[in-house]
Amino acid sequence: MTMIQAINDALDVTMQRDDTVTVMGEDVGFFGGVFRATAGLQAKYGTSRVFDTPISECGIIGVAIGMGAYGLRPVPEIQFADYIYPALDQLVSEAARLRYRSAGEFTAPITVRSPFGGGIFGGQTHSQSPEGIFTHCSGLKTVIPSTPYDAKGLLIASIEDNDPVLFFEPKRLYNGPFHGHYDRPAKGWAGHPDAQVPEGHYRVEIGKARVVREGSDLTILTYGTMVHVVASTLDELPDAPKADLIDLRSLIPLDIETIEASVKKTGRCLIVHEATRTSGFGAELSALVQERCFHHLEAPVQRVTGFDTPYPHALEWAYFPGPVRLAQAFKQIMKD
Amino acid sequence: MMATTPENPVWTGANRPPLRLHVPQPPARPGEAPDFSAQAIPPVGETPRPDPDTPAAQMQGHAFGLVRVLDLDGTASGPWDPQVSPEVALAMLRAMALTRAFDDRMFRAQRQGKTSFYMKSLGEEAVSIAAAFALDDEDMLFPSYRQQGLLIARNHDLVDMMNQIYSNRADRMKGRQLPIMYSVKAKGFFSISGNLATQLPQAVGWAMASAARGDTRIAAAWLGEGSTAEGDFHSACTFASVYRAPVILNVVNNQWAISSFSGMAGGDETTFAARGLGYGIATLRVDGNDVLAVLAATRWAAERARGNHGPTMIEHVTYRTEGHSTSDDPSAYRSAGEAAAWPLGDPLLRLKDHLIKQGHWDEERHAAMEAELMEQVRTAQKASERHGILGHGLNQPLDTMFEGVFEHMPWHLAEQEAQMLAEWQAAGLPDIKREEPGA
Repeated sequence: MTMIQAINDALDVTMQRDDTVTVMGEDVGFFGGVFRATAGLQAKYGTSRVFDTPISECGIIGVAIGMGAYGLRPVPEIQFADYIYPALDQLVSEAARLRYRSAGEFTAPITVRSPFGGGIFGGQTHSQSPEGIFTHCSGLKTVIPSTPYDAKGLLIASIEDNDPVLFFEPKRLYNGPFHGHYDRPAKGWAGHPDAQVPEGHYRVEIGKARVVREGSDLTILTYGTMVHVVASTLDELPDAPKADLIDLRSLIPLDIETIEASVKKTGRCLIVHEATRTSGFGAELSALVQERCFHHLEAPVQRVTGFDTPYPHALEWAYFPGPVRLAQAFKQIMKD
Repeated sequence: MMATTPENPVWTGANRPPLRLHVPQPPARPGEAPDFSAQAIPPVGETPRPDPDTPAAQMQGHAFGLVRVLDLDGTASGPWDPQVSPEVALAMLRAMALTRAFDDRMFRAQRQGKTSFYMKSLGEEAVSIAAAFALDDEDMLFPSYRQQGLLIARNHDLVDMMNQIYSNRADRMKGRQLPIMYSVKAKGFFSISGNLATQLPQAVGWAMASAARGDTRIAAAWLGEGSTAEGDFHSACTFASVYRAPVILNVVNNQWAISSFSGMAGGDETTFAARGLGYGIATLRVDGNDVLAVLAATRWAAERARGNHGPTMIEHVTYRTEGHSTSDDPSAYRSAGEAAAWPLGDPLLRLKDHLIKQGHWDEERHAAMEAELMEQVRTAQKASERHGILGHGLNQPLDTMFEGVFEHMPWHLAEQEAQMLAEWQAAGLPDIKREEPGA
C-alpha cells in the first residue's frame, strides 16, 4: 500500500467506526483531493460527512473548531502546508487553547491533515515545512509519519485523540520512499516492509519514536522524508557510521526517553530536517540533547537542515538536505 | 515631471492632480457638539416584515432600513411588533435592569482594586437580552465580550460570573481568562476569546454540524462593528452562505471600537448589514435600543434558520454609552455629549416607558425592582468574595497552571510544573489549597 492509500484507508476505517468523523477541505469531496487522499469517501459517506470547502483556510479551521465544539471529530485538510498561515490564528489562539481557557468545558478534537515538504518542484509556496511554528505554540500536537504503516496508524490515533493535532504528510513519500537522489528513478512502496499495512483498525501511539536501525557510533534524529534519505545515504556510503536512526514520528509530544537513551549510548547526535534552520525544531532537539546528555557527548550536536531562504524553485536540489550534505555531516561529526 | 528616485519617492504625472489618501473622521471630537445627523432613522412601520423564507436577494432594502417597533414615546406598532405578553416584556425589563446593576457593581469592584478589568454593556443591553428571549435555551451562543446579558437572561448564577471576574478559588476557569471572558457550557454560552471575530467561523461550524447531524438547534454569534474588518468575519460569511448554515450573525454597531469610530470599519460607505448582501445572506438592520425590535428580528432569523432557509445577518444599531473597558477613557476621543444625544435613547428606559404607558408598570414598582436587584447583586458579590478576589493575590492552586493544556500532560509540562513548584517552595512561598467550585 502506498502512503496515500494508507491515509485514505485510515480515514475510511475511522469514518466507518465513528459517525462523528467529518472530512472537509478544498477539493476533498467529489474529486477526492488533489493527491487523492480522500478519494471515494464522499460517495461512501455522503456530503454531510465529506464536503468541499471555500478557499479559506481561516474558515476551514474556524468551522472545524465549531464542529469539534459541537461534538464532531473534524479532519480538515489544508491542501498544502504552505497555505496554513491564514489559519494560524484559529490554530494557535483558538484550537490550541480552547481546552485550557474553558477549563475543559470545550475542546477542539480536530486533526488537520496537510501535505508538506519539498522535493517535487513545488517552488516557494508548495514546499515548506512549517512544523516548527506549531511546536512553539502550547496546546497543539504535531505528528509526522514516514511510512504507509505509520501513516495509517498515526492518523487513526490522531483522529481519535481529544486534542488538536497537526498531521503533516511528507508528500514526497506519498507514492514511494525517497532516497534523496533527484536524478535517479523514484522507487515505489511495493515490496517495502513498512508498506505492509494491516486491514482495519490499529493505532500507532503518538509520542513514541521508532528506532529505524541501531548502531553505536552516532544518533540521528529525524522525521518524514529525511528518514529515508538518511537511511539510504547510510547504506550507500562505504565508510558510513553505524548509527541509531530515530524516526521521531511526533514532535509534540516528543519521545525524550528514546532520544536520551540513544545519545547516551552513542555520544554523538546529528539532527536532520528539511525545514529552515534558524529557530527550527532542530534547535529545540539540540538544546534538549545538550541539557540532558552533555557529559556523554563526544562531539558537538550538529544539524543538517534546509537553508534560511525561501524554497527556490529552480535550485530546489541545492536547497534540499540530500546525500551530499549528509555525507559531509557524517564525516565532520565522526571526526570531532 | 520628476522621476522617482530614492531622494524623491513621489512621482507626479504631468497635468494630473496628486492623489489624496482619505482617512475617515468621526462627526464630532471632544469639545465639539455631538452630531448624529448622518444616522438615518426611518419611522416605525416603514421597514416591512417579509416572510422568514424570503430569498435574500429579495430583501436588499432591509440592509438599509431599520426594524423598529417602539416609538420614542413608548408606543409599539408596525409589522414587526412581536406582540409579547406583559409578563415577557417585564421579564426582559428585569433582565436588562439586572445586567445594568451587575455591570455597575462590577465596574466599581474593578475601581476598588478587586479585579483587573471590566467591560460594561451600558446602553446596549437590549441586544443581548432580547436575543436570549428570542432563542431557545438549547441554541448555542458564540458571544463577544459585551454580551453578559445573554447569561443573565438565561438565569445564570451571578456568583459564578463574579467568581470568573475575580479569578477566585471558585472560578471554574481556574483564573486563566481575563475577567468577563466567561465560558458556561451548561447555558449554551461558548468560551469567549480575546482575539476578535474568531468566534464567527466557529459559530458557523457549530451550526453546520447541527445541520449535518439533523439536529434542531441553531447557533448565534455576536461581534462588534469594528471587528467586521477581520478576515474571520468574511470567512464566516462565505461558509454561512455556501452551506446555508442555521446561524444568526449579529453585528453590534455601537459606534465605537475603543477610539476608532465605525467609519474606520467602513461604516461611512455603507451599512454593516449591507455586508451580508454580497454573500447572499438575508440581512436586517434593527434599532438595537428597541428591545421589542431586537426580539422580533431575532425570532425572524431563528425561524428562517429552523426552516433550513439559511443564515441571517443582523446589524444592531446602538451606542456604547460607557468606555470600551475600565482601561479606556472615552472623553479623550469623543464628544462628551454623545451618549445623551444618541437619537435612539436608552433601551431600558424605552421599555419601561412603554410598559408604564400600557398600564403594566409604574415608577414605584420600578424603583422597588431596582432596589431589589441591587440587593441581589450585592448579596451575590458578598458570596463570591468569600472565595477570594484577584486584588488579594493568588487564589489558584499552583498546579492548575499546567492542567488541561492537553488532555494528558506530556513530560515537558510535567517537568516544568515540578520546576515551578520547587522554585516556589525554595522561596518559602505558600501553595494555595484547592477549593471545589460551589463550595
